[in-house]
Amino acid sequence: MRGPTWMVFWRGLIPSYRFVHVWRRHFMVWRKTAMASLAGSLGEPLLYLLGLGYGLGRFVGAIGEMDYMVYVASGILASNSMNTATFEAIYGGFTRMTRQNTFHAMLATPLTVADVVAGEVAWAATRSLISGGAIFLVGMVLGAFSPGSVLMVLPVVLLSGLAFGAMAMVITAISPGYDFFLYYFTLVTTPMFLFCGVFYPVASLPPLVQSLVGVLPLTHVVALLRPVANALPVLDVGFHLAVIVAYALVAFTVAVALVRRRIIV
Amino acid sequence: MHPTIIVASNLTKRYGETVVVDGIDFEVGQGECFGFLGPNGAGKSTTMRMIMGLTPRDGGRLEVFGRDVVPEDSVLAAQMGIVPQDNNLDVDLEVGENLDVYCRYFGLSAREREEKIEQLLAFAQLSDRRYTPVTKLSGGMMRRLVIARALVAQPKMVILDEPTTGLDPQARHLIWQRLAKLRETGVTLLLTTHYMEEAARLCDRLLILNRGCILDQGSPEDLISRHVEPEVLEIWNRDGMPSLEDFADLPGRKEQVGDTLTIHGFQLETVRQLVVQRAGYACLLRPANLEDVFLRLTGHDLREGL
Repeated sequence: MRGPTWMVFWRGLIPSYRFVHVWRRHFMVWRKTAMASLAGSLGEPLLYLLGLGYGLGRFVGAIGEMDYMVYVASGILASNSMNTATFEAIYGGFTRMTRQNTFHAMLATPLTVADVVAGEVAWAATRSLISGGAIFLVGMVLGAFSPGSVLMVLPVVLLSGLAFGAMAMVITAISPGYDFFLYYFTLVTTPMFLFCGVFYPVASLPPLVQSLVGVLPLTHVVALLRPVANALPVLDVGFHLAVIVAYALVAFTVAVALVRRRIIV
Repeated sequence: MHPTIIVASNLTKRYGETVVVDGIDFEVGQGECFGFLGPNGAGKSTTMRMIMGLTPRDGGRLEVFGRDVVPEDSVLAAQMGIVPQDNNLDVDLEVGENLDVYCRYFGLSAREREEKIEQLLAFAQLSDRRYTPVTKLSGGMMRRLVIARALVAQPKMVILDEPTTGLDPQARHLIWQRLAKLRETGVTLLLTTHYMEEAARLCDRLLILNRGCILDQGSPEDLISRHVEPEVLEIWNRDGMPSLEDFADLPGRKEQVGDTLTIHGFQLETVRQLVVQRAGYACLLRPANLEDVFLRLTGHDLREGL
């Protein structure tokens, strides 16, 4: 890329349509083991759904007007979109970037770092979408989701996947090895899983914690998905969407800059 | 002279305090096979990576196809085929799929892809391996596939970083044959190697690098006649090293390379007969080659690694 440094920098952050080829490559690989991978990604959320929905649900009964099974199902849908995209961008992305040198092979073609990272993030979000769709189907059968909401639920799941996939790519870009990811899980994704309203209302937390939690992206994904999945009115749609989009854009920008710094040397 | 397609002047690359490429100048003409020779750590691969646009330079000028080289230039990348030192084949995919995704990266349409894949599989003699996972291929097959992959977009120039390192002789000959065929089609070849035979066989012109600097450049014949005498007599014995003193009385320039003593000169047949008469020594008279040039220019301390 040519021109003044600042222009080169900003232009270098914008992917071209070619990112689709990267996405397509990941899809091609995934297709080979689609069933196993689907079973794997569906297993854990399903266990949470059944274990907590039925188990804990008997003691909790309902939260507000909402049966606990219904309540927790949308939480699981949200947290699963986070976990699926995170895992794909972290383990898949890191393996491709380091061990398999897939990124290097891609950069020997007209693809740029922005294309490669965009392909990774788009694919991570696609994985969220696929397993989100499967969870929705199961939850619908259990009566936890209103069937008609699918067309609104899936775009939110996809957007969430984009944000968490991009965030995970930042970690992938700076990670020295696989062990490093445990910090991210322990310090970032697990706290979000436990405090962002997946299992109980954020409003039940102390005020200080509430304002902290309000900054985290999963809070906003849950805040959107829970009412949407049950065909209830959503408050502050624009605000929640804006927070998630902001996370996605900032994280993507940082991820591209860091991956570039790591491999164009 | 063919039109020039690569111009490098005062090309420099540093990693921290270390100067890896130290202000080198060279030009490559269209259709040439141009080789970079040098010991490990000489800066060959770094120079290649700068030309490929995978490493930014720290100084000097570098133009390829008349275009200033900067990393991630899609226009330049579309005209080059790259064979990296490590086979970075897509291990998650089969042989044919590896070509297919690469065709996509270069933006080929579905029809072009199918045609290209078949043609390249035939070129790489891998037609019967289309559905084999790449992890099941032999070293030579992987290398051929990487070369085939570099050709998907009909590049004007192919850059090969150590195309045959680690391959057995049969596999190496097969690759040489493929590269020669490629050269006939007018594609410019740029390669690094530390096999002298490979350099002599394939390259029109060579550049010898050491510690980031150019020692000399020219055709293999020019380099040989410029730096070494036409004949070499190699002398060795079974128990230990022949010492220089033992042969001090013989004419010619003498060198010690490992366990072998070499005498360099003109018409060494008479010298050979003198050596044969000395008990315990074996010798071989041969024409001088690039290896002699290389050893003479880069010094005899064989450096390991970086």
